[in-house]
Amino acid sequence: MYDFEFVKPASVADALAALSDEDAKPLSGGQTLLPTMKQRLAMPTKLVSLAGMAELIGVSAEGGVLTVKGATPHAKVAAEATAYPALAALASHIGDPAVRNRGTIGGSLANNDPSACYPAAALASGATIVTTAREIPADEYFQGMFTTALEEHEIITAVKFPIPEAANYQKFVQPASRFALVGVFVAKFATGVRVAVTGASEEGVFRWTEAEEALSSSFTPDAVASLKAPAEGMIGDIHGTPEYRAHLIGVMTKRAVAAAA
Amino acid sequence: MTSVTMTVNGKKMSGEVEGRTLLVQFLREAQGLTGTHVGCDTSQCGACVVHVDGVAVKSCTMLAQEAAGAEVTTIEGMANPDGSLGVIQQAFQDHHGLQCGFCTPGMVMSAADLLKTNADPSETEIREYLEGNICRCTGYHNIVKSIQAAAATLRG
Repeated sequence: MYDFEFVKPASVADALAALSDEDAKPLSGGQTLLPTMKQRLAMPTKLVSLAGMAELIGVSAEGGVLTVKGATPHAKVAAEATAYPALAALASHIGDPAVRNRGTIGGSLANNDPSACYPAAALASGATIVTTAREIPADEYFQGMFTTALEEHEIITAVKFPIPEAANYQKFVQPASRFALVGVFVAKFATGVRVAVTGASEEGVFRWTEAEEALSSSFTPDAVASLKAPAEGMIGDIHGTPEYRAHLIGVMTKRAVAAAA
Repeated sequence: MTSVTMTVNGKKMSGEVEGRTLLVQFLREAQGLTGTHVGCDTSQCGACVVHVDGVAVKSCTMLAQEAAGAEVTTIEGMANPDGSLGVIQQAFQDHHGLQCGFCTPGMVMSAADLLKTNADPSETEIREYLEGNICRCTGYHNIVKSIQAAAATLRG
């Protein structure tokens, strides 16, 4: 890892000031950024630490919305997001226990790894990403693999999840990394069903609209049994072919509906 | 270089570190606490697990400066004050929970973390909790046995 200056600001305002330097980067839990820097794939001159900042940590529910502050570690979401059990369950299966004690929701969403779990929850829930500058609907936030609507040095301060009537996340784990080989989050609202898929597409997390339509008329595993996600544009690597991932999307969607219904 | 101070196994420890100095480097190289191991250096294997402010973390994926002011417990802090093995360590010895021993510091620290919140874990719960701790010798069977035995001893 190349050396850099480490800064620990006391507040979000101080963090933004520290980030105004060119090549400064925010550091949240560091569970992705530090390994990336070890491989010299990133070389910021300054890291601005957000982890442990009191104003960025917390889980609360009010008026049918669960709010998770940006630097809340996965373990805290797993323990405290009781108002949204499917989200708590998702958080409790990210990485491993030690990773969950450091990794944060804001870090995960800012990075938008194509195999990360949280993007599926945010997109399927129709969440709102709250930043230091504005509020961004999930449908506009995710813009492709490792790409989001965030501007340089914009910090995620919270994520607001509308709580669905029923929801479930099914992850087919890639056993070495414990990332999702394919993960499907299904969320049923009074207004309709949303289905978000992670791990599969070369474009990162996406909504499977065909399944959403079928499930909105009948929320049963049978409703999606005959649907086939197209293999075109899916990731192919040593862990699975595009066809295999496309097949898993159907399987995981059925399982998620069966578990949620 | 920046000076950093933290409490390690109950003792205040200070050292000069760079921005990029990892917590595990601070512990092993600056403080000589070589019980914490670096296995993969990519946060997969768990040989470097220590406790920071009461929770398990991978010390190869945390900066030394992030632990400034924190309470850190390493495998050296798991022994009894007289130097004899602590309950979990002794259980690993009694139940042959190690062969080469390289992963053992991380296994013991993760086990201690689990037993703080779950005094009587099932085999499945133990195996799930050890997802981030890799052992290439034992097949995990005796590690599970060791942790269950330690849990029984701690329950009294």
